[in-house]
Amino acid sequence: MLLIRCPYCQEERPELEFRNAGEAHIARSANMAGETDDDFEKFFFIRSNPKGIIYERWRHMHGCARFFNAVRDTVTDKFVMTYKAGEPKPSKLPGVAK
Amino acid sequence: MSGAFRIPGAGRFKQAKTARFSFDGQSYAGIEGDTLASALLANGVHLVGRSFKYHRPRGILSAGAEEPNALVEIKRDAARKTPNVRATVQELYDGLDAQSQNRWPSLSFDVGAVNDIASPLFSAGFYYKTFMWPKAAWKSLYEPKIRAAAGLGVSPDQPDPDHYSSRYAHCDVLVLGGGAAGVAAALAAAETGVRVILADEQAEFGGSLRFETGAKIDGQDGFAWAQGAVAKLAAMDNVRVLSRTTAFGYYAQNFVGLVERVSDHLKTPGHDLARERLWQVRAKRVVLASGAIERHMVFADNDRPGIMLAGAARTYLNHYGVAVGRNVGVYTANDSAYAAAIDLKKAGVNVAAIVDLRDNPTGPVIDEARALGIEVNFGRAVIRAGGKLRVSSMSVQPKNGGGERTIPVDAILMSAGWTPSVHLFSQSRGKVAFNDETKRFVPGTYAQDCVSVGACNGTDGLSATVDEAYAAGAKAAKDAGAKTAKGTKPKVDASESWSRGMLGAAPGAGPDTTVKAFVDFQNDVTAKDIRQAVHEGMRSIEHVKRFTTNGMATDQGKTSNMHGLAIAAETLGKPIPEVGLTTFRAPYTPVTFGAIVSHARGPLFDPTRKTAIHPWAEAQGAVFEDVGQWKRAWYFPRAGEDMHAAVDRECVAVRKTAGLFDASTLGKIEVVGPDAAKFMELLYTNPWEKLEPGRCRYGIMLREDGFIYDDGVVGRLAPDRFHVTTTTGGAPRVMNHMEDYLQTEFPHLNVWLTSITEQWAVIAVQGPNARKIIEPLVEGIDMSDEALPHMSVREGKICGVPTRLFRMSFTGERGFEVNVPADYGQAVWEALWAEGQKHGAAAYGTEAMHVLRAEKGYIIVGQDTDGTVTPNDAGLDWAVGKKKADFVGIRGMARPDLVAKGRKQLVGLKTKDPKVVLEEGAQIVEDPKQAIPMKMIGHVTSSYWSENCGRSIALALVAGGRDRMGDTLYVPMPNGVIEVEVTGMVFFDETGGRLNG
Repeated sequence: MLLIRCPYCQEERPELEFRNAGEAHIARSANMAGETDDDFEKFFFIRSNPKGIIYERWRHMHGCARFFNAVRDTVTDKFVMTYKAGEPKPSKLPGVAK
Repeated sequence: MSGAFRIPGAGRFKQAKTARFSFDGQSYAGIEGDTLASALLANGVHLVGRSFKYHRPRGILSAGAEEPNALVEIKRDAARKTPNVRATVQELYDGLDAQSQNRWPSLSFDVGAVNDIASPLFSAGFYYKTFMWPKAAWKSLYEPKIRAAAGLGVSPDQPDPDHYSSRYAHCDVLVLGGGAAGVAAALAAAETGVRVILADEQAEFGGSLRFETGAKIDGQDGFAWAQGAVAKLAAMDNVRVLSRTTAFGYYAQNFVGLVERVSDHLKTPGHDLARERLWQVRAKRVVLASGAIERHMVFADNDRPGIMLAGAARTYLNHYGVAVGRNVGVYTANDSAYAAAIDLKKAGVNVAAIVDLRDNPTGPVIDEARALGIEVNFGRAVIRAGGKLRVSSMSVQPKNGGGERTIPVDAILMSAGWTPSVHLFSQSRGKVAFNDETKRFVPGTYAQDCVSVGACNGTDGLSATVDEAYAAGAKAAKDAGAKTAKGTKPKVDASESWSRGMLGAAPGAGPDTTVKAFVDFQNDVTAKDIRQAVHEGMRSIEHVKRFTTNGMATDQGKTSNMHGLAIAAETLGKPIPEVGLTTFRAPYTPVTFGAIVSHARGPLFDPTRKTAIHPWAEAQGAVFEDVGQWKRAWYFPRAGEDMHAAVDRECVAVRKTAGLFDASTLGKIEVVGPDAAKFMELLYTNPWEKLEPGRCRYGIMLREDGFIYDDGVVGRLAPDRFHVTTTTGGAPRVMNHMEDYLQTEFPHLNVWLTSITEQWAVIAVQGPNARKIIEPLVEGIDMSDEALPHMSVREGKICGVPTRLFRMSFTGERGFEVNVPADYGQAVWEALWAEGQKHGAAAYGTEAMHVLRAEKGYIIVGQDTDGTVTPNDAGLDWAVGKKKADFVGIRGMARPDLVAKGRKQLVGLKTKDPKVVLEEGAQIVEDPKQAIPMKMIGHVTSSYWSENCGRSIALALVAGGRDRMGDTLYVPMPNGVIEVEVTGMVFFDETGGRLNG
């Protein structure tokens, strides 16, 4: 069972307390009704499926209940780091070569 | 007497009590402290099982968890029958009842042994090649027969009456393995004061010190030192010592699963003790001290009972005081078997000869064996074992060929060397490295915060092992945060040391031979099978494994993997590391389902939710149905009524006078804050800004894709406060959906969400007399139609307690939903019930509720919709705010396919024969005479007998349904085609007048 650091609680807690909530940094358009079909397809259906670093949303469901973002390596299954919702995608990742 | 093969003066159980046991119905005596294996051997019993495929007689190979052969069924009573128990692990208790497996009619005469003669038919991969045709016979004939003939134990046929427990634990240093290395590491770590857990699979700590008579630590016999050290550790507050505990799985971030066998060794476990306890341990540092496992020699008929690992024979002698024979032979490729021969010789057992495959080995143990008068042969091989139910001889030949000599023996002790137990290291995702000099895989690259010490790390010799382990234990403690160390390292005064050995088939079982030289005993895989797999094109060791099943049995190839790998490598002409090692996966040894499931079974499998009014319904004899985790009253049968009669009566009563319904399970969320209305606008399709406080609206929630996600009536209590209801099953996901948008997409909105499902009990009172029933109990609310019209909400008091009183209807009748704090739910229900009795009201359950709402065409999300239904499809366009600039689903709803013609739309169906009730889920076609497969244009979503309508009614999703009003469609069923007419969705009171009736 993985340990995940909740950026709000500032604690590592067992995976059982968390729920994955899909890919992070996919912004909902401010003009949703005006989106083209192509844009909507990109927003709603298309997800990256990388071998390696992925940016995900997680929720500390059985803790503070906050949504936050996490950087995970899909090869090792390791969490590289977590950060609060709304914060920008980190430009530098600890321990990960570019 | 505890067996003719018990050697007086040998073993560690001087004052032991006799324990009687039975094996295949025969009664024997053993002593307390024995394993079943040692007790059988003490009685001269070697034949304990039949092999998996060929039904060959099998004996006891080992003295530990690696045992592939000696699998038995242990029976405590009719329900407690445990198959595939390793006799080498099962501790003896008085009255133990064991049975051999996979034999018929008896162990010594087994009809299935004909497979051995017919074995050319059953070579590697035969399952894949034979029984291919005819295909139908596979299920009916081949598979059942193969399963009956091949196999191990029989599963128990009754529910497990035992209970199991489960614990989480945290520690600084977790030491896995309690031999010399593990104990030394634990001592070093514990002395610093950090939290230490030390676990070992055996009943007693000591590991190989059980048999290593030459070991001396701190001036004591090695085993005695281990006992003293573990007693000292157990007495320390910062140390937990777990015996009979196997670490079976090493998971991410130093999370280790262990199973403690709590009571399998007890005569009468009683019900106070769990049978097993699962430990889930998170450790800052892990020290792996899992030791090494001896390998057998691969030669013809090396599986005859009486042939065993040399270290095992030594354990039986030095620990249990049992001689495994009276005239033993030894076959070895390394030094360690000499020690077994020497110990047995000294105990008075004749050692017929030592056959050593090496050419000219030298060393003190060889000198000692010779000095004791044991015949030692170098450069020779045992090419065959004689005997069937018990080994009777060994045939010896110079390893490069030559004259053969047969030596009578009643046991053969063999050792091809020792394989480091890297299972847990490998499970931790560490990468093993092949040491070409010693021909073994040892821990290479680490993936987690752990360290391997002693034999599992390829460290040879007790002195080096203790040094390494003590240093590693101290370092692990320091890395975990320890400040000071104040202990002293144990001093090794004398030790035994051995290494090397050989891998693969021995002479006489080489590529040119067809003999049965077993590599994997449990799955009956021979050296020839491995070669055949390579010849048939298997190149990867993973393919060889699956084709031959080498290493795939319950012992997971603990003795066989390296031999199999070496033979495959030799046949491929590649070095061993290039062929690779198969992956080690959890569990290390089999784990019971009970230990994993623990208490989460039966009523504790899933939480049960009951409403405040549940006890009343129960007392009334309600029948309940499961809705998610909730128990809901389904219907309230009176004497002599079946479900149909009860539901009809309840439905009629609601429309005739009134009915009471427990709606407490409805999800309820309070949306509060200055921006509450803005938030509602974004999460629901409807407009909310202009909804007056005190009024209600039916809301539809979509996902971003434009499909209906949930629905419910929402009351606006104040400008900044909404009381939102959701479907019973949808409450948690609706809450999650709202939180997600509030936290991540609309964080600028000043809103708080609170789940209030459990806080409010909800009593629906529906029917023409509903107001008359409620009014006398209400204070502070004007209940006239003018003051409290349909779809409005007021706060006040009922029966003296606060209420949120909704005027709303899910039946089409004048209706109210009385919300009261859950603690008062039953009391208010009872008061309303008493009032209701004056008007002939009935309590109704979920079935009547379903019928009543279907009569009115009110949908149930999840029944009439399935995640692909838009508001338009469901005929709910009126609930979508046309002027709204945004809401979740606004864009998805406008996708080309979602606005295309011909989509499935929700409509009503009336069967031409009003008595016929359609089946929910039944498919609908236009032309019932068309060829199969027919083109299906929709399906029935809801269908009931409506006593109020005097006919059956149904809702259905039908392609282009609203353009088919009045059309005849067909529902083909196994007993004939049912004709239906497409209608509107409202079957009762189409004008809706009864809402105010």
